[in-house]
Amino acid sequence: MKVLMFGWEFPPHITGGLGTACYGLTRALSSLGVEMIFVVPRLFGDENAPFMRLRNASDIEIATDTEEQKLFWEKMQYIEVNSRIIPYLDPELYSRLFENTLLNTEDIKYRIFSKKFSFSGEYGPNLMEEVSRYAVIASAIALQNNFEVIHSHDWLTYPAGIAAKEVSGKPLVIHVHATEFDRSGENINQNVYDIERKGMLAADRIITVSNLTRKIVIEKYGISEDKVFTVYNGVQTGNFSEPDFTRGVSEKIVTFLGRITYQKGPDYFVEAANLVINKDPNVRFVMAGSGDMLTRMIKRVAKLGIADKFHFTGFLKGADVHRMFAISDVYVMPSVSEPFGISPLEAMTANVPVIISKQSGVSEILNHAIKIDFWDIDEMADSIYGLLHYEGLTTMFKKYGRSEVEQLKWDHAAFRVKEIYESLV
Amino acid sequence: MKTICFYFQVHQPFRLKRYRFFDIGHDHYYFDDYSNRTIMRKVAEKCYLPANQLFLDLIHKMNGAFKISYSISGVAIEQFEKYAPDVMDSFKRLADTGCVEFIAETYAHSLAALKSEEEFAAQVKIQTGLVEKHLGMTPVSFRNTELIYSDAIGEMVANMGYKVMLTEGAKHVLGWKSPNFMYCNAINPRLKVLLKNFRLSDDIAFRFSNKAWEEWPLTADKYIDWLNSSDDKEEVINLFMDYETFGEHQWAETGIFDFMKAFPEMALHSGNYKFMTPSEIADTLTPMSAIHVPYPISWADEERDLTAWLGNELQDEAFKKLYDLEEKVKATGNEQIIKEWRMLQTSDHFYYLCTKWFSDGDVHKYFNPYDSPYSAFINYMNVISDFIIRLNKLQK
Repeated sequence: MKVLMFGWEFPPHITGGLGTACYGLTRALSSLGVEMIFVVPRLFGDENAPFMRLRNASDIEIATDTEEQKLFWEKMQYIEVNSRIIPYLDPELYSRLFENTLLNTEDIKYRIFSKKFSFSGEYGPNLMEEVSRYAVIASAIALQNNFEVIHSHDWLTYPAGIAAKEVSGKPLVIHVHATEFDRSGENINQNVYDIERKGMLAADRIITVSNLTRKIVIEKYGISEDKVFTVYNGVQTGNFSEPDFTRGVSEKIVTFLGRITYQKGPDYFVEAANLVINKDPNVRFVMAGSGDMLTRMIKRVAKLGIADKFHFTGFLKGADVHRMFAISDVYVMPSVSEPFGISPLEAMTANVPVIISKQSGVSEILNHAIKIDFWDIDEMADSIYGLLHYEGLTTMFKKYGRSEVEQLKWDHAAFRVKEIYESLV
Repeated sequence: MKTICFYFQVHQPFRLKRYRFFDIGHDHYYFDDYSNRTIMRKVAEKCYLPANQLFLDLIHKMNGAFKISYSISGVAIEQFEKYAPDVMDSFKRLADTGCVEFIAETYAHSLAALKSEEEFAAQVKIQTGLVEKHLGMTPVSFRNTELIYSDAIGEMVANMGYKVMLTEGAKHVLGWKSPNFMYCNAINPRLKVLLKNFRLSDDIAFRFSNKAWEEWPLTADKYIDWLNSSDDKEEVINLFMDYETFGEHQWAETGIFDFMKAFPEMALHSGNYKFMTPSEIADTLTPMSAIHVPYPISWADEERDLTAWLGNELQDEAFKKLYDLEEKVKATGNEQIIKEWRMLQTSDHFYYLCTKWFSDGDVHKYFNPYDSPYSAFINYMNVISDFIIRLNKLQK
């Protein structure tokens, strides 16, 4: 079995859950004997760079010393495409990022859904054109390689998947890690929605990361339910050691960690914090992350008069994330819409009890977590208070939470994905 | 001739309302009157009223040859008083036939026997007082919450003057012995012990409507065949179950009422069986031997132990916090405080905290008002926190 896979990012260049998920999945697939050609967009930082380059194991900045890693790279062919498609980019952000670049729009003649492809090393003037350009490159790669199934991750690579399917006639699997409704609520970007829907219609099978997402695909995109399958993500649990870090404050700490955007529900966290702080002086709240709602949150905290107990850290990564978990007593993920949600699993691995919204895919598979509706700030506050005051609860979470997370293996997910491939060939 | 002993447990807890931490120190009312009333009315219409009528008719029809027994928890009797006096009246009509025995238990359907002999005895006194008041008879047989029994609990019950106690015929206690004999307590042999035949009881209580069961549908004929297949020397078949089996756990549409309507008459006509109540059996049969139960058993789950109510961190903390208050509560002499402390002892509150069934799902979600044991725990501890504040105020 050989698969042409279109991803977004790959370690160590990771900005979000999708890169981690692709890495976990491809590794587990390789151990099941699945071979992959993995294609990722990457801005080369050199305008004269070739439009794509093939990289082998030694070029990738991941440790390759273990046997398992060697095996992995034997099964994996890795292609980087020079592109401005960067993860979590929306059309507006793209134009802001690249507006100063001189663009020669004359050169861009190709369209995604026509059969006429031409080529240029230029970037697209806007994200939609860039996605089209990427699809053209994808079709070229598809013509040059042999494979049995095409697998695309999230909307930026759906056109690439469609184009590859058109030139090769091979079946297409699309993997929905998030939809436009998760990112934008009801105020969706119509262009993005259209691309997502075209991908779903063209796909022979659709993999969703939770039943929550499966339902959105079926109901909001009008896709026939018999080709949509849920495969839960796995978790890579390394040897987590408690970082050598102690808290500087005596109070208990309740943490929000994630992008401060509509999707993540930071406003509900602030309101719940206010309720708790008014009742219990012995607690502090931390909002870690950045995003377009950050300034609004800071203003709201100031207006509520709780700024002495509510802290913002900005964007955290790497060791700082681990440090944050190490000093947290409760982790809250109040997402309005979360297709899966990996961060509570990271918290549980660090022995931090979690409160998660019922509107998250991960709530479908976790037992040892408190589940609430994201809008129910009373219940959120009550659960926070309970975790801070009733010791039996924390003991219970520490005892079972981590081992529950350790059960969520990528091997199970890869097995299901392979079954889906096999149903197509 | 063998004896069949029917015993039904009647219980409804006072469920707690959603009690948030904001309420601590402000709102001192903990109970969910609305759901307690609606659940009581629903179960009354589906189970208590039609089942009582069925048994009343059967007793009349069999001219006193059909006998049954009940235990009704004190908190259930109080809810009948409040929400379903019609049910209480129909139990009174059953009591008046002379063919129905009402059995003693704790007031709160509590686990007090495991923690405090004084509180255990006090609660039994309250419950038997309620039985006397409403049903006009003084119980002489005993059944502890969820059939929880051990040698030590049996001894306490014997000291209270009861002649017979009901419990589970747990395999790990019986070994090669049969539940179909009468036994006696290992410490005080004056207390007789009747053991539930769990296979035959659960055929009715759990499996009756299960279409995947190879014996489905269960008919009275078939059931009597099974009874006939037991060893000739065996003396008594104890069929113990939740009363809510009739019409609530097994809906009327499953034919459960028709089964119960047909079974007693067939059993009596076969000439091989008679029906007796626990105290009659205690007066008639001779104990086979002592039964040794060093560790408490119950009728719950595969394990037949206490793990449905106690053992995980949540349950143990809630249980300890509650019973640590015993002395303080009693010292107040405040009737309302003592009563509420007892209502918080109802075993259901601890049952909601059980995490055993994360793996096997739905059976236990029935009538469980909480999404998860965690939210049940937070709610219960919020209530206890407020209760402690009130208690401390009273002491000053």
